[in-house]
Amino acid sequence: MFSPLALIRKLGHASIERIWRLGFATRFLFAVLKYSGASFRRLPLTLREIYFSGVLSLLIIVVSGLFVGMVLGLQGYETLQRYGSTEALGVLVALSLTRELGPVVAGLLFASRAGSSVTAEIGLMKSTEQLKAMDMMAVNPIARVVAPRFWGGVISMPLLAALFSAMGVIGGWLVGVVFIGVDDGAFWSQMQSGVDFRYDIVNGVIKSFVFGIAVSLIAVFEGYDSAPTAEGVSRAITRTVVTSALAILALDFVLTSFMFRGTS
Amino acid sequence: MNRTVLDLWVGIFVAIGIAAVMFLALKVGNLSSAHLSETYVLQAKFDNIGGLKVRGPVKSAGVVVGRIVEIKFDPVTYEAVVTMNVDGRYQFPKDTFAAIYTAGLLGEQFVGFEVGGEEKMLKAGDTITKTQSAVVLEKLISQFLFSKAADGQDKK
Repeated sequence: MFSPLALIRKLGHASIERIWRLGFATRFLFAVLKYSGASFRRLPLTLREIYFSGVLSLLIIVVSGLFVGMVLGLQGYETLQRYGSTEALGVLVALSLTRELGPVVAGLLFASRAGSSVTAEIGLMKSTEQLKAMDMMAVNPIARVVAPRFWGGVISMPLLAALFSAMGVIGGWLVGVVFIGVDDGAFWSQMQSGVDFRYDIVNGVIKSFVFGIAVSLIAVFEGYDSAPTAEGVSRAITRTVVTSALAILALDFVLTSFMFRGTS
Repeated sequence: MNRTVLDLWVGIFVAIGIAAVMFLALKVGNLSSAHLSETYVLQAKFDNIGGLKVRGPVKSAGVVVGRIVEIKFDPVTYEAVVTMNVDGRYQFPKDTFAAIYTAGLLGEQFVGFEVGGEEKMLKAGDTITKTQSAVVLEKLISQFLFSKAADGQDKK
């Protein structure tokens, strides 16, 4: 029977569940940081994870960076042409990529390419009771399995985002200068005078670093917290991708409002 | 996977990532050119700075010689105080004229130095006294309209 009280109770239950999971995730982060030292002592473990989440994501990052840059070049040219300032194409492409698109799109791609596979791996280890077996053998699963995957993601993400931005600039140059015929010198010189290293590029790298922490934590946490069944693992993977995307976009807004609030 | 192959790939990955950051810093950004090694501070007071922004360029003869680091309002004289970092390689005479110009019709505004003929040079911390404010388009238009209206009355 429908009753308003039950509805409110349901709402309360859902809220408590959310807050409890958030608290669990925070404590999980501290546990990962605590056992990071132990896992860094066996560096090959982390190197292996950098290979799986970083090196294997190279292709998708390079190709999509190139295409995003090419689209920016085309669309930017189309719009700038109306104001007769096509030379500003370089600064348009470079600023959009280094400030926003590089970290955000690379983060989204990274979450769906690497984050989901990390969740699947840890979730399957949990459902086949490999994590419990490690515990029985006095091997800490957080130090052996979780921390290397977390750090692999945190290290890979800024490098991938920088690569994405660089490929995007090359893609914009390819379309703007090589195909359409914007002046080469004006393209680069406007870009160099418009993009500040400290203000634009370093802030973009900081952003991608924060996204790397968020995506990696969500991925390992969802895997570790998944229900140990086939359905539970698949749900955990879905949650990783959805939560990562939301976290990236929300964090991006917060970081942008702190970093680029406009001078003077 | 073989350990050495894995190390190689991770090494290549990190090298590519660092190369991308270097590309962004040197080719896209202006780390190489606009890095002012030794700078000294100059100030200038303007009646009206228009749309001048912090980090805007300071130019002399069209060449960037410094950056604007701070814009303040002086509550005593009701003027805008613009603080600039000027490249230490360049010295300017005492009677240098600071004006606010606009790059192009709608471009960003910058401080331009018109060099005078005095022998004494400006020192760090000095204030440029001869300044010209930004051109405010509304004022120009209203002056133009008033003068037109005045012309029309004279002819009657």
